[in-house]
Amino acid sequence: MQKSLNIDPEKCTGCLQCELACSYDNESVFNPAKSRIKVFSFHEKGRFVPYTCTQCDEAWCMHACPVDAITLDKATGAKIVHDNLCVGCKVCTIACPFGTVNYNADTGKVVKCDLCEGEPECAKACPTDAITYVDANWTGLDKMRAWAEKTDAGQATA
Amino acid sequence: MAWAKNILRVNLTEGTCKNEPLNMEWADKYLGQRGLATKYFVEEVDPKVDPLSPDNKLIMATGPLTGTCASTAGRYSVITKGALTGAIACSNSGGFFGNEMKNAGYDMIIFEGKAKSPVYLFIDNDDAKLVDAGDMWGTSVWDTEDAIKQKHQDPQIRVASIGVSGEKGVKYACVVNDYHRAAGRSGVGTVMGAKNLKAVAIRGTKGVGVKDAGRFFEAAAAGKAVLAGNAVTGEGLPAFGTQVLMNVINETGALPTRNHRDVQFDGAHSISAEAMAEPRESDGKPNLVRNSACFGCTIACGRISTIDRTHYTVAERPQYQIASGGLEYEAAWALGAATGVDDLDALTFANFICNEQGYDPISFGATVGAAMEMYEDGYITDKDTGGIELKFGSAKALTDIAELTGRGEGFGAEIGLGSKLLCEKYGHPELSMSVKGQEFPAYDSRGIQGMGLTYATSNRGACHLRSYTVASEVLGIPEKTDPLVSDGKAGLVKAFQDATAVFDSAGICVFTSFAWSLEDVAPQIDAACDGEWSVEKLLEVGERVWNLERNFNNAAGFTAADDKLPERLVKDAAKTGPAKGLTNQLDKMLPEYYQLRGWTPDGVPTNETLSRLGL
Repeated sequence: MQKSLNIDPEKCTGCLQCELACSYDNESVFNPAKSRIKVFSFHEKGRFVPYTCTQCDEAWCMHACPVDAITLDKATGAKIVHDNLCVGCKVCTIACPFGTVNYNADTGKVVKCDLCEGEPECAKACPTDAITYVDANWTGLDKMRAWAEKTDAGQATA
Repeated sequence: MAWAKNILRVNLTEGTCKNEPLNMEWADKYLGQRGLATKYFVEEVDPKVDPLSPDNKLIMATGPLTGTCASTAGRYSVITKGALTGAIACSNSGGFFGNEMKNAGYDMIIFEGKAKSPVYLFIDNDDAKLVDAGDMWGTSVWDTEDAIKQKHQDPQIRVASIGVSGEKGVKYACVVNDYHRAAGRSGVGTVMGAKNLKAVAIRGTKGVGVKDAGRFFEAAAAGKAVLAGNAVTGEGLPAFGTQVLMNVINETGALPTRNHRDVQFDGAHSISAEAMAEPRESDGKPNLVRNSACFGCTIACGRISTIDRTHYTVAERPQYQIASGGLEYEAAWALGAATGVDDLDALTFANFICNEQGYDPISFGATVGAAMEMYEDGYITDKDTGGIELKFGSAKALTDIAELTGRGEGFGAEIGLGSKLLCEKYGHPELSMSVKGQEFPAYDSRGIQGMGLTYATSNRGACHLRSYTVASEVLGIPEKTDPLVSDGKAGLVKAFQDATAVFDSAGICVFTSFAWSLEDVAPQIDAACDGEWSVEKLLEVGERVWNLERNFNNAAGFTAADDKLPERLVKDAAKTGPAKGLTNQLDKMLPEYYQLRGWTPDGVPTNETLSRLGL
């Protein structure tokens, strides 16, 4: 079964444990500045929103890459950047509509979420289940369940 | 590892920024943050220094765990000689600033001297420079933070700054980072203002390593599981915040009310966590928007709140119709019970102003409470207050004074003196509810006996965060003791003081200690840091730090005579509740405490104690 990261901002407290886990897995140091997932704080609204690559099927980054350095991992659905091929031209960072591919000036390569070979560290580290790794065909299941419950409660009181 | 092993020394008089290696021998004895920065401070600063003179120094310090994935490991402290107290000051803050400092490659920043004109320190990893802050001087914490991010075109910069109150010399000004997290007590922001230092802005992208990654992840994960499974850190604090205490402490009969005239507040429920969750009439939404976390924190006790848009404080002022840092227990108590005000929106507004202009809601609210008592007794008149009717329970008086204090204007400048100087000025020093010049926090020591000794002996003046025996006496953590009894409290206070000094020196939040003992902390420090770190070694660090601070205060001129409580608490019995008829029994606890500490009957560490601790 293919899985997807599922993000529920309602549950996010803004603690950045996901960024710590992501950066350690990729860089061997704790460094939110090098995390592939970012938590945005809309502080005057009291909202915290984790955001990362959604692994588009027809991935703009993959199609735009002139040296085929981004490929599909068929098992996970992740689009993977191959450092040995990436020339740091940054065309993918322009092509991506969501901003989730970024250049790393220290290495001269681009970085993006690769789903940690099917065991994403961010989801493991999240203390509130704001980030989960679920059946790719059913990322809407939690929302459906919540609305189903609401609908049922409405009927019960009707 | 864990430590960046690097210090930034900023001489504001000369305008220079220089790196120097961290003294690792000292790191092995004092760990980091509170302990290690205090060691640097006492080695470099004359204890008799005027806190506001250029010869006082100010240190911002992280702990070795700061920036790692250990739960709550984003803390930093500000260490200086306090403007409010003249004692050693160490104020701890969360948010995200501490992590950024560590990621830029610094364990500490030491500020010396005084800038000729307002400046801010800007750090981009190895590049550190002082930048003119003339255009920010006279603006709030919130505007300063926004202005710096805009000027450098980088929203990811983290900022710690002072507001107008800190510039104007309000004695209990804070250093505020991330809009509403603060190094709050003792006037550390006042010292920063006296140095013409408006802000410190940091962008750090270097990363933080640990000694043994495998073992560290295991230890950190075990620690997180303990926090998640604990009723306080896993349920109470995330759901209700520290405000979970308001009704509990009121029922305990230890909620100081109207300048400690009473120990229970009839309006307690109206300003409690439960009230913050109740939908209001105007828009059907509650005061509380949600909980929030500081860096790396898996507890997430922070409150994000809004003020009712129809409330008189904000109806005409859309800039305050936002979600921002809401009431924590201490602020709700000080702005509410201490002043007799039970208007939740007025308290939330006053709290926003405290954050926006950078001053401590505890000392502010308590000082307003003292002023209200003097007003009602006729010692302060309308002429003094500029026409403000400073009666207990007046929300309007509270919010008007909050704004004036934020700007350091009018009677607000007098409230900005703190209760000790204010009460002396108006001829009634006995009405200042303080120790060593610092106002009490939200626990009345007649109903929680151990807290009397906690306050009397706290090295930074009255404070709950130096030995939170409330945990044992009220909540039963780690084991229940009787809050009405003074027996055994000397040992309890010493144990809490030593352990707390370790938490404050490690880079983690003291709230973890509701669930963690040093048995949970030691494996995390040992896996992250060079050297070997056992529970025994950490306890010795804690005791060493406590004695180091005490020595500084003694050299600064404090004596056993300063380890005392206001007469109200030791002579006037509580009028209601479980503690009815009781006063605090400090005279029974203090001699035993000195003895347990290995101090003389005059409160001075003996040579034997000092040499045992390597001091």
